[in-house]
Amino acid sequence: MIKISLCLFLVSVPFFAIICSAFSEDRPTDRRVLVLLDDFAIKSSHSIFFKSLETRGFDLDFKLADDPKLALQRYGQYLYDAIVLFAPTIDRFGGSVDAASLLEFVDSGHDLILAADTSASDLIREIAVECGVDFDEDPTAMVIDHTNHAVSETEGHHTLIANDDFVNSEVILGSRKIEAPVLFKGIGHSINPSSSLVTKVLSASPAAYSANPKSKLSSPPTLIGSAISLVSVVQARNNARILISGSLTVFSDRFFRSGVQKAGSTTKHEKCGNEQFFVELSKWVFHERGHLKAVNVRHNKVGETDEPSMYRIKDDLEYSVEVYEWSGSSWEPYVAGDMQVQFYMMSPYVLKTLSSNEKGLYYTSFKIPDVYGVFQFKVEYQRLGYTALSLSKQIPVRPFRHNEYERFIPAALPYYGASFSMMSGFFVFTLVYLYTK
Amino acid sequence: MLFQLIQSTLPGKEKPGFDNLYFFVKKKQGVQTERRVIVVVGGTKIVVRGGKLVAVGICIPVEVISSLQNPNSLTVEIPNSDPIHQIRPMVAAKMEKSAADLPASPGLSSVLKSLKLKTKQQELLIRVSVLFLVYVLAFITRLFSILRYESMIHEFDPYFNYRVTQFLTQNGFYEFWNWFDYESWYPLGRIVGGTLYPGLMVTAAFIFWTLRFLRFAVHIREVCVLTAPFFAANTTIVAYFFGKELWDSGAGLVAAVLIAICPGYISRSVAGSYDNEGVAIFALLLTFYLFVKAVNTGSLAWALASAFGYFYMVSAWGGYVFIINLIPLYVLVLLITGRYSMRLYVAYNCMYVLGMLLAMQIRFVGFQHVQSGEHMAAMGVFFLIQFLPSHQYSRPTISRFYVVIIKAILTSSYLVQVFNFLDWVKYLLDDPKKFHTFLRFTVTSAVGLGAVALGVGTASGYISPWTGRFYSLLDPTYAKDHIPIIASVSEHQPTAWSSFMFDFHILLFLFPAGLYFCFKRLSDATIFIVMYGLTSMYFAGVMVRLILVATPAVCLISAIAVSATVKNLTQLVRSKSKPAPAGSSKGASNTKASSKGSLEQSMPFGRNGAIALLLGALYLLSRYVIHCTWVTSEAYSSPSIVLAARGAHGQRVIFDDYREAYFWLRQNTPPEAKVMSWWDYGYQITAMGNRTVIVDNNTWNNTHIATVGRAMSSYEDEAYEIIKSLDVDYVLVVFGGVTGYSSDDINKFLWMVRIGGGVFPVIKEPDYLVNGEYRVDKGGAPKMLNCLMYKLCYYRFGELTTEYGKPPGYDRARGVEIGNKDIKLEHLEEAFTTSNWIVRIYKVKPPNNRW
Repeated sequence: MIKISLCLFLVSVPFFAIICSAFSEDRPTDRRVLVLLDDFAIKSSHSIFFKSLETRGFDLDFKLADDPKLALQRYGQYLYDAIVLFAPTIDRFGGSVDAASLLEFVDSGHDLILAADTSASDLIREIAVECGVDFDEDPTAMVIDHTNHAVSETEGHHTLIANDDFVNSEVILGSRKIEAPVLFKGIGHSINPSSSLVTKVLSASPAAYSANPKSKLSSPPTLIGSAISLVSVVQARNNARILISGSLTVFSDRFFRSGVQKAGSTTKHEKCGNEQFFVELSKWVFHERGHLKAVNVRHNKVGETDEPSMYRIKDDLEYSVEVYEWSGSSWEPYVAGDMQVQFYMMSPYVLKTLSSNEKGLYYTSFKIPDVYGVFQFKVEYQRLGYTALSLSKQIPVRPFRHNEYERFIPAALPYYGASFSMMSGFFVFTLVYLYTK
Repeated sequence: MLFQLIQSTLPGKEKPGFDNLYFFVKKKQGVQTERRVIVVVGGTKIVVRGGKLVAVGICIPVEVISSLQNPNSLTVEIPNSDPIHQIRPMVAAKMEKSAADLPASPGLSSVLKSLKLKTKQQELLIRVSVLFLVYVLAFITRLFSILRYESMIHEFDPYFNYRVTQFLTQNGFYEFWNWFDYESWYPLGRIVGGTLYPGLMVTAAFIFWTLRFLRFAVHIREVCVLTAPFFAANTTIVAYFFGKELWDSGAGLVAAVLIAICPGYISRSVAGSYDNEGVAIFALLLTFYLFVKAVNTGSLAWALASAFGYFYMVSAWGGYVFIINLIPLYVLVLLITGRYSMRLYVAYNCMYVLGMLLAMQIRFVGFQHVQSGEHMAAMGVFFLIQFLPSHQYSRPTISRFYVVIIKAILTSSYLVQVFNFLDWVKYLLDDPKKFHTFLRFTVTSAVGLGAVALGVGTASGYISPWTGRFYSLLDPTYAKDHIPIIASVSEHQPTAWSSFMFDFHILLFLFPAGLYFCFKRLSDATIFIVMYGLTSMYFAGVMVRLILVATPAVCLISAIAVSATVKNLTQLVRSKSKPAPAGSSKGASNTKASSKGSLEQSMPFGRNGAIALLLGALYLLSRYVIHCTWVTSEAYSSPSIVLAARGAHGQRVIFDDYREAYFWLRQNTPPEAKVMSWWDYGYQITAMGNRTVIVDNNTWNNTHIATVGRAMSSYEDEAYEIIKSLDVDYVLVVFGGVTGYSSDDINKFLWMVRIGGGVFPVIKEPDYLVNGEYRVDKGGAPKMLNCLMYKLCYYRFGELTTEYGKPPGYDRARGVEIGNKDIKLEHLEEAFTTSNWIVRIYKVKPPNNRW
């Protein structure tokens, strides 16, 4: 009987997975992806990229960006989990969609892949700016690199760049090293200095600059060197992920298939790094990698199991939290040695590194300091590429009760002696005084 | 010149009509060579020489010659021509009356007795019914606020007291004692049990439990609302007995009436004003009364009672410091004026030692009686009076030795034994010169030692220095320069003349008159009330709220003036109508009549003048009653949480915005939400809104308050950092620009700047002023027009037309058009604004999602 039900359960798991295919807390990988295009030609010219998404189980819904029936929501529910915006020239979205609603889509926890290009419209720029990224304001400007360009017969302006200046993060770019340089041809962007959430995934070489390749430089370019980012990712505070690329062409089949030889280098790669780079990047953006969750935050006094509503100063307590990483299909224990918990009231009073049991459980124990107040257990775990874990749990710490102090202390023996001798002395004196003539 | 007490009352027989009758014997070198008899009548000494009165006057040692063999048969003959006697006819009359009583012939006396008894009963009846009416009056005159509004708690601090009382009644005493409140002073929290005076809450809870026990199903709120009026009514009874102790029962009755309706007291004891002062004034007066009683009688029982009164006072209010400084001062004055007696010794020692031990049981007070500078005066006086040689006991043989030990035990101090050792030494040393040298040496070294101990104690921190509040009492300008948080409270401002007039009315004029009467009939008791009156009047001048402490003294002293004047005048009036009232109920006699006659000769229009004066007094007193009732109903019965105003057509408009806002907070915010506001509203938010606050009216942590002040006076983005660091979810401001409500946050704002700037020098007051002027209109300082408080108060106010014929954005509280109408909020958003805009609540937005 148990076997049968187990079988049923096992059979039903994938079924449920299909039903509950939408993005959720438990299954953070996106499922339904809206692809907005300038024209349907892009669907075929970028088919490798789309194919890789479809093979990974995404439902792609191709729409023209100015489709008048375009809608992100129905009955207050989002219809999609992610948007791929491959429409760099669009001035106005169709239907009810505008920049604000697109950003709201991101702010409600959904992902976005945004590709601009040389003639990027104001709308695309506006969305990018809202994500903390500023494209070069000159609409004709392109990133030019006279030292790191790709060897090419047709391209004389050195705007086709072969770049391998990747961000050093296995989480974002996958564990397999990208051997070949990535070909890039498009506009550069800079990161707004006040934004702390943007990461340059592919930055330009120090020799690069952004200018109009067809005209002479009349003034020094504003964007120069490694301040130029070619491809950036943003992980928003609600863990929505955004990919911003200064070029749409980099996703194209032509680039994906192209070989590359960096100028000044003799090695010629049969295949450039674009496919691997962007496919891995899309895995990260669509939460197939680097997504953490923390569950079962628990704390209790040593020797007890229930979570108290209040601690007392100098109590010994245990704190534990379980952290898992989403592998794309299941939750795996997350193993790291650098997770710390703070016992915090305006400043951390206790800061301890959590021990791990390698199965996702992190735990520690410590003594509460001799300070009362409203404390918080804080875990602030921010690692590049990973979901930012920010756990805080409020707990008041009270001082001793009146009957929790030591009743007799040895240091006070003289005082005890004094009071008792005074009492007996008074008694004796009373007797003497009353009964002697 | 030292006198030794041998008998405190007349031996045997019932007490004669004297207030006190003492015999003093002058002693010379242990041998009784000279004797003199001084009869003390109500503070005036009558010196009897050989059975004849030789002098009446204020206690000045007079050489007395002869001895009095039998005190039982004391007869005094008072010569008519005695000039001093004319000044004090009443005393003389009393003297005569009792003297006449003793040898009275049996026939006449029995007739008199029956008559007298009846009168006495009548008088008692009148007295009791008057007192009862006063009791009821004192209670019901404080109910205006309930009739005008509803049965509700008033103002700020009472809400905390109410919340604590609720906690006490729900969770019991031990939970209350150990209550750690994490809803206030986030994230520091507050140990409520150890940082409050629990007397009020325990009293209310006790009344509540009693009523519950008697099966009266009352709500705790009703008990709290009516606690203050109930105790005010009880105060009138204490005032009666105090007045009786000081002067006579007439003065007591007048004092009861005066204090029942005195606005200075009503201001803190109307129904709903559930604050410490409500019970503390009762406790204060009770302690003083019992202490004066103890001093007058020298009875341990009264001293013990006064120690318990002191304990109740300590448990109820921080103003107990006044008692613990006034009483030693009083003892010192008596010492200096040569009125030191064994009665005083007993009363003070018992009261101080027991009172101190009892007061230590209050957690909030703890060891302050031995460790804080404010309590050192009492301790110093305590040690000082141990120096003074003790007086004879009835058993002279071994008593000296025992006295030393009694004192030692009484004081429970080994140190003091050294001082009492003096007595013993004196007993052993025969030569007074030797003893005096020894005494001088010991006293000097002891005082020096005490000074050194005090200095070392202060320097080492064992004895804490005086607190800022104490300093600001002694030096009214201290707080303004050093502690803005004390100076910012309106009730801590120096008192204006008008508020003296407002709170005391005719008592202000009767007070000096009463002082005159007190000085005329100086006794231990009147010295006390004079000192109480003068010191408390000084403190009332320093701080508005301390008018409250002065009120009982002013009422008592004025009552003496009223009572004595009216009594004198009526006697004058009646003596004319009845030229020879021999054997009348008042016990007037020939002597008295003749004294009246002599008075009349000096005042030919005495009777008419007396009638006129009586009518005048009646008029004044009735004006007082009218004034008091008017003040109570108009000024002091407003709960200040619900505001009332007159509408355009004269109808009453109620602004119930505070409760609206707090109710919104309670219903619409998450339970663990933290609300930041200026500290004035902290208690109300926790009590009514049930939400955590950053700072509240218990202003114990200046830095925390300064942080809030800094946030309010910074630009929005700077303030946002502070707000985030304090985990604030909502910001609440009070704004009166729409209704013209002037005690709002904009008017309090400069104090926020000052308090914030006191800790964080980046906040500078001149940045918010233009040429030293505080403006919110176009001419205002740029920082002022863009700081967080300004933005939160005036957000979208520029769109609103508040008054007909004025431009939009016209601030009615300040009467100007605001200077910054285009206010954009970046990190906060408006969450709720009450119907009259008095309370505005803003939600703190989470940080930008994509930045």
